[in-house]
Amino acid sequence: MSYQLETAPNPEKLRRIAIDPVSRVEGHGKVTLLLDEQNKVHQVRLHIVEFRGFEKFIQGRPYWEVPVLVQRLCGICPVSHHLAASKALDAIVGVSKLTPAAEKLRRLMHYGQMLQSHALHFFHLSSPDLLFGFDSDVTRRNIVGVAQAHPEIAKHGVLLRKFGQEVIRVTAGKRVHGTGSVPGGVNKALTIAERDELLKDIYHIVQWSREAVHLIQKVHTQDPGLYNSFGIFRSNFMSLVGHDGDLDFYHGTLRARDDNGNILFDHVDYQNYQSHIEEEVRPWSYMKFPYFRAIGKENGWYKVGPLARVQNCDQISTPFAEQERREFVDYAGGSPLHAPLAYHWTRMIEMLHAAEVIKDLLHDDDILSGDLMAHGERAFEGVGVIEAPRGTLFHHYRVDENDLITMANLIVSTTNNNQAMNEAVRHVARRYLHGREITEGLLNHIEVAIRAFDPCLSCATHALGQMALEVELRDPEGALVHSLRRA
Amino acid sequence: MSQTFTLDGDSIPFADGQTILQAATAAGAFIPHLCYHPEFKPHGSCKLCTVKVNGRQTASCTMRATSGMTVESNTEEINAGRRSLVQMLFVEGNHFCPACEQSGNCQLQATAYYLGMMSPHFDHFFPSRALDASHPEVLLDFNRCILCSLCVRASRDVDGKNVFALSGRGIRTRLIVNAASGRLADTDFSPTDKAAEVCPVGVFLKKRRGFAVPIGERRYDKTPISGVPEEA
Repeated sequence: MSYQLETAPNPEKLRRIAIDPVSRVEGHGKVTLLLDEQNKVHQVRLHIVEFRGFEKFIQGRPYWEVPVLVQRLCGICPVSHHLAASKALDAIVGVSKLTPAAEKLRRLMHYGQMLQSHALHFFHLSSPDLLFGFDSDVTRRNIVGVAQAHPEIAKHGVLLRKFGQEVIRVTAGKRVHGTGSVPGGVNKALTIAERDELLKDIYHIVQWSREAVHLIQKVHTQDPGLYNSFGIFRSNFMSLVGHDGDLDFYHGTLRARDDNGNILFDHVDYQNYQSHIEEEVRPWSYMKFPYFRAIGKENGWYKVGPLARVQNCDQISTPFAEQERREFVDYAGGSPLHAPLAYHWTRMIEMLHAAEVIKDLLHDDDILSGDLMAHGERAFEGVGVIEAPRGTLFHHYRVDENDLITMANLIVSTTNNNQAMNEAVRHVARRYLHGREITEGLLNHIEVAIRAFDPCLSCATHALGQMALEVELRDPEGALVHSLRRA
Repeated sequence: MSQTFTLDGDSIPFADGQTILQAATAAGAFIPHLCYHPEFKPHGSCKLCTVKVNGRQTASCTMRATSGMTVESNTEEINAGRRSLVQMLFVEGNHFCPACEQSGNCQLQATAYYLGMMSPHFDHFFPSRALDASHPEVLLDFNRCILCSLCVRASRDVDGKNVFALSGRGIRTRLIVNAASGRLADTDFSPTDKAAEVCPVGVFLKKRRGFAVPIGERRYDKTPISGVPEEA
């Protein structure tokens, strides 16, 4: 665990290559490489180029507005921010336990989002790399190419995502940026007609999710040399875990393990997250670098998201997903698998779990109940944590006696994975680019490593397939030596 | 009520003393408006209800109906002017519908939809306006004030309190609270006052209510503003 390749000692002597923007991820980011005359890599950085300012501009706004306001951070998984903020504000309105209906409706909304987001990432963004190869024909390496070569897979991807969006619509009021969750509960239950409409399709959804797990399992296990080593680095990992150590995306306590899988901390109430996690600012990125306080900056960084969650929990509560988790753990061979490409496999196990949970919730009459709100004694500070599709998401607020926000701190999933993504990118740069002539296919290897984490680089762009990629290689005097452009 | 005028070709009956807007509303015809409220004396300031009477522009909320007059309202020319007025209201304040709890219940937003406003068109002013959260039950978000003066009239004419006033001139005109401190908590305002319920936008917010009404059940979710009965 070191910061090799983060900062070159003599950057002025080196040539700079930028992958700007990184494509087929959510949001805007860029990678810069510094190379010498022999194309040896001296510095690699993943930069997050946007500055959002949400933590600042929600100060002075009334607290009940926040769950709807902060979800505008993102268009892919706004439900995560909507619910993490609601959970923090539950604490502020003094509600430690929601009504059964509200808890299940929020869970349904969240698992609908996990389903749609994981489907979007796997089928639309990553499957072109995984099915065709990282340096395959760039004109086919997209969702349209997948639809032509594997029409059933592409169709399942589209319909899985559509179903997840429908679950969000009936619980939040809109497919994107709804208002369903409010401090202390939710504002609507499902109607019988809405539930029955979802029930018609849910068994297909579970089956297609199982097939997706088997697809990525096959892809992964057929080429262990690539899939178990590409971009690999060892690290600590962290997630929420639910009751009895269950995989739980909505609620639980914090658990962290070291790279060998030994528990670092467990059963941590997330209201006390600051006792365990601190954020470091580095001058070259707008994204902070969190780490475990007890270990320190150098070695205390960690990864979050599907690969962390599936290996951090003790079991999964739904049968099909639990069976797949056991297969994965058996494959890993008794110690944590750290390969970034294993994120895809675990992501699909999670998608299957989300589908199974949605099926169970649709058979629970509590989601039709009118008892939606709980009340309690007003407090002035609250923390809400949720497992978003990309990992652990923290929302922390303070509110004054006039109900206005005075402080906000958000640690989003991708921030938790900041150092991890940088490490993966550096490993790939060393292994594949070092000393070679740079080609589009080689640069895509770097993007493949980033995509494995499904980063949401602060907001969704809705510009899938339209992002241009331009790479320029310049000599130390700044003259253009070589350039590549992808429309 | 045997007297009539024509509105966009339809015959509209009216009684003596009724304005064009009053008669049209009573007959179920819609003329866009923001500063008009049926319980208050017309103000004629927002100009959104502008119509052409016998070819000349006038505010229909203040113009008395007369027999045989020809009124044009729902024409592309007049609606284009109204659209510009609404766009100017949007850029003069800070109207962020995506995070506003009045979204779906807001007369300004519903009118913009009705008029087919697709963008603000003009540069935003982004004025700096502080909230008044001092009152325990009602929050004032001045960012959304369109200076319709309905709260001023309600507080003065119905509540008998004079809690609100418009202060300043021209582009610097603003809504103020009638207290030495300028804070709502230091007035005799009550959440049950008429002034608390007449705001056509989102200045007056009942605290801690937020997004209690789900999408689909808000005032303008199912029917555009032209089909929603006037609130009395």
